[in-house]
Amino acid sequence: MGERMVHEEEKLEGFETRILGIKDEIAREEFTAKLTRIRKEIRELRNGLDLLDKVQGAVSEGQKELADEVQEKNIKEGEQVQNNLDSPNQIDRRRRLGTCGLDNKSCSTGVFASGHSMSADMIRRYSRQLLVPAFGVSGQEKLSKSSVLVVGMGGLGSPVALYLAASGVGKLGLVDNDVVELSNLHRQIIHTEGFIGQTKVSSAVSACLGVNSSLKVKEYGNGLNAANAVQIISQYDVVVDATDNLPTRYIINDACVATGKPLVSGAALGLEGQLTVYNHKNGPCYRCLFPTPQPVSTRQRCSDNGVLGVVPGIIGAFQALEAIKLASGVGETLNSRMLLLDALSTRIHMVRLRGRNSECVSCGDAPQILASNLWEYDYERFTQSTLSEEEPKPQNLIAKEDRVSAEELQKYLESGKAYVLLDVRDPHEYAISSLSNSLNIPLSSLKEKLPVLRSALLDSSGKLVNGDHSVQTEQLVEDDRRGWFRMSGRRIN
Amino acid sequence: MKLTLEFGGGLELLFGSVKIHKVDVPPPEGETKITVKHLLFWIRNNLLKERPEMFLKEKSVRPGVLVLINDCDWELCGMTEAVLEEKDSVVFISTLHGG
Ligand SMILES: [Zn+2]
Repeated sequence: MGERMVHEEEKLEGFETRILGIKDEIAREEFTAKLTRIRKEIRELRNGLDLLDKVQGAVSEGQKELADEVQEKNIKEGEQVQNNLDSPNQIDRRRRLGTCGLDNKSCSTGVFASGHSMSADMIRRYSRQLLVPAFGVSGQEKLSKSSVLVVGMGGLGSPVALYLAASGVGKLGLVDNDVVELSNLHRQIIHTEGFIGQTKVSSAVSACLGVNSSLKVKEYGNGLNAANAVQIISQYDVVVDATDNLPTRYIINDACVATGKPLVSGAALGLEGQLTVYNHKNGPCYRCLFPTPQPVSTRQRCSDNGVLGVVPGIIGAFQALEAIKLASGVGETLNSRMLLLDALSTRIHMVRLRGRNSECVSCGDAPQILASNLWEYDYERFTQSTLSEEEPKPQNLIAKEDRVSAEELQKYLESGKAYVLLDVRDPHEYAISSLSNSLNIPLSSLKEKLPVLRSALLDSSGKLVNGDHSVQTEQLVEDDRRGWFRMSGRRIN
Repeated sequence: MKLTLEFGGGLELLFGSVKIHKVDVPPPEGETKITVKHLLFWIRNNLLKERPEMFLKEKSVRPGVLVLINDCDWELCGMTEAVLEEKDSVVFISTLHGG
């Protein structure tokens, strides 16, 4: 009985082993079949995707040509995560199309839907800006729907226009009535040698479109004046003052206040720069700060006082930044604050400014200058200067008979008679060019250096080098306009 | 009272082309306080080298000059009546127009 039981048990175990073997076999077969099916499905999927690729490839032929290395690298960085989800073909497609992996039309409904209105071209072009968290897609979209007017295509306006064009502002207006000159090129970097003699606006438009052909740009070659300011400025969201003269600065300010536009104001001279945003968030306007124009005699101009090219470049770049922030609604702008740059020692002062003046004739509670009457305001009379950086007529020159003309001087020098030619300009001006055998004593130090002049005038015997021609050092005449002193080389016959 | 004065925007040309001046300004006779008005007089009599009309007009600075006390617009501190304190910084800067 016991033996039989053992035998039966062994038989049973044998059955069980066989059954398990069969089960395994069935499972393996089922698994293999499943695998084959899955492989087949994958193959079909791939074929389908290849077909899709071909169709899309034909559609986005032009886009593919524009694909660049930058984009390639950008996608690779973000690829890692997506790799787990997508077939190699999908990855490849996304790489060619742009960041979200779907073309424009399907983007809003697809897996990578973003709801924005940017084309694949825009995403590619502005990708580095889109990656800035504080700016991003919403900043770029607002910027691309905004318009900025830049008044002045000089040292400040050059970087402003270029950066705004490059960054993708919706509409750019450029104002200037000047032509490009050789002496502009050291700082007005938007212009090139080929444009010398042509208008600055046409040169600037060409440069901006060269950077971004998708830009909408409008040129105003007649400059800004009281008659056209309100009409032009009212068409823009943000205004940049990159001009070089006082009356235009007041016109731009008043027109911005009258039409409610924020004004990004910059200035540069020598090795100094200033920057602020007027008429924004209850901050002051230009008139709040400077209700009375600076006296004519105290003003300095680039053409008199010089300017290191990079200084307006820095301030202009800052202006572009403020304009981009205003247009995109991103960040904090410079309203009620002013940036002062001392480029010589690389120091920046950030200064807190007064608020809006309720009695200001432009932005006050009872303004006198309005959109309706701005055109009749006499800005040239108010500032006592013309609407250009052009040299105004000197007001207080010495009498003609007290002057020596260049021809007269040459004749005299050639006559062989003894003379002392005194040049009272500053040493850096004298170093640029001077007449040979001249004596340079800057006017500011003339009084203390009179003995030097006296000894130059006397020959070895102690007599005047030329008895009948000499210089009267007392004849100091102030040139009212520039606040400079000039000296007459008066003859005493 | 020890003050740091700074001139910019071309105003430094009136002060021997030196931008930063560390000065010690005595208060007016019989007083202990120094107002900006007093400082302006002191600058004209002690520091200004030439052409005072380029810096001052009547009893204040000429139009187009911003005055900053410790980097703050003097309009916010009482203008010529603003009272200065030891080690204050006063910046006089002429507005620029160039571009
Ligand atoms: Zn105002």
